Amino acid sequence: MDIVFFLAAAIALGATVMVITRLNAVHALLYLIVSLLALAVVFFTLGAPLVAALEVIIYAGAIMVLFVFALMILNLGKHTVAQERAWLTPRIWTGPALLAAVLLGELGWAVLTYRGRAMAGAVDPTLVGASLYSTYLLGVELASLILLAALVGAYHLARREEVAEEERP
Amino acid sequence: MTATVSPVLVLALAAAIFAVGLVGVLVRRNLFFVLMSLEIMLNAAGVAFVAAGAMRSQPDGQVMFLFIVTMAAAEVALGLALVLQLYRQLHTLDSDAAGEMKG
Repeated sequence: MDIVFFLAAAIALGATVMVITRLNAVHALLYLIVSLLALAVVFFTLGAPLVAALEVIIYAGAIMVLFVFALMILNLGKHTVAQERAWLTPRIWTGPALLAAVLLGELGWAVLTYRGRAMAGAVDPTLVGASLYSTYLLGVELASLILLAALVGAYHLARREEVAEEERP
Repeated sequence: MTATVSPVLVLALAAAIFAVGLVGVLVRRNLFFVLMSLEIMLNAAGVAFVAAGAMRSQPDGQVMFLFIVTMAAAEVALGLALVLQLYRQLHTLDSDAAGEMKG
């Protein structure tokens, strides 16, 4: 388990460094997704399977898709097709693909050696759920409120300029 | 039975990733990369919470991680909307271009 952790930690750290040094935003996003997946492995080795699943679903899934959508909106232009062709060279996707392949190997190892027993020191997801809806119930309500505020705020901020011009007195 | 890794190691990893994210915020001038670095820092804070919770085998750290993810989602939605609006007005993602208060 220690080897799995150190491999995943190295991938997470290396991919994170690659994120902040890339010149192209899409390449940085690829590395950021790999980094988040590696951190999900770290969570699993730490004994937090629920958080590991949420890291993949919400962070690497939903939030990164939001980034990709914003990038697509920003990058509208005639040069996008040529740019897209340039992006699909092996030199660009081999880095993230290699790191993701190591993670896949770890996943295969975990599935093959799984004996149907819980790890020592792991926190049961049931406990997390029970704590979330009893002790932290107020926090859950406030979280739903902040999401609503973000929804309204993002809709208001991202409107087209023409609409804002018409409503201006 | 395989044991879990030491939470202290994970805390060190969280600190390292947080430092990388901080460097990203300070060094990059492209607002898109600044937002991504902010995500890295928030995520590192979440990792630290989960590690601290794992030290005592309590679920509280994981609950805090859920709240951090919620806040990160809200922050990203608002931040990207602001970046879109800035790009429409200034036609650049350079953070220094937005240095003047006058719209």
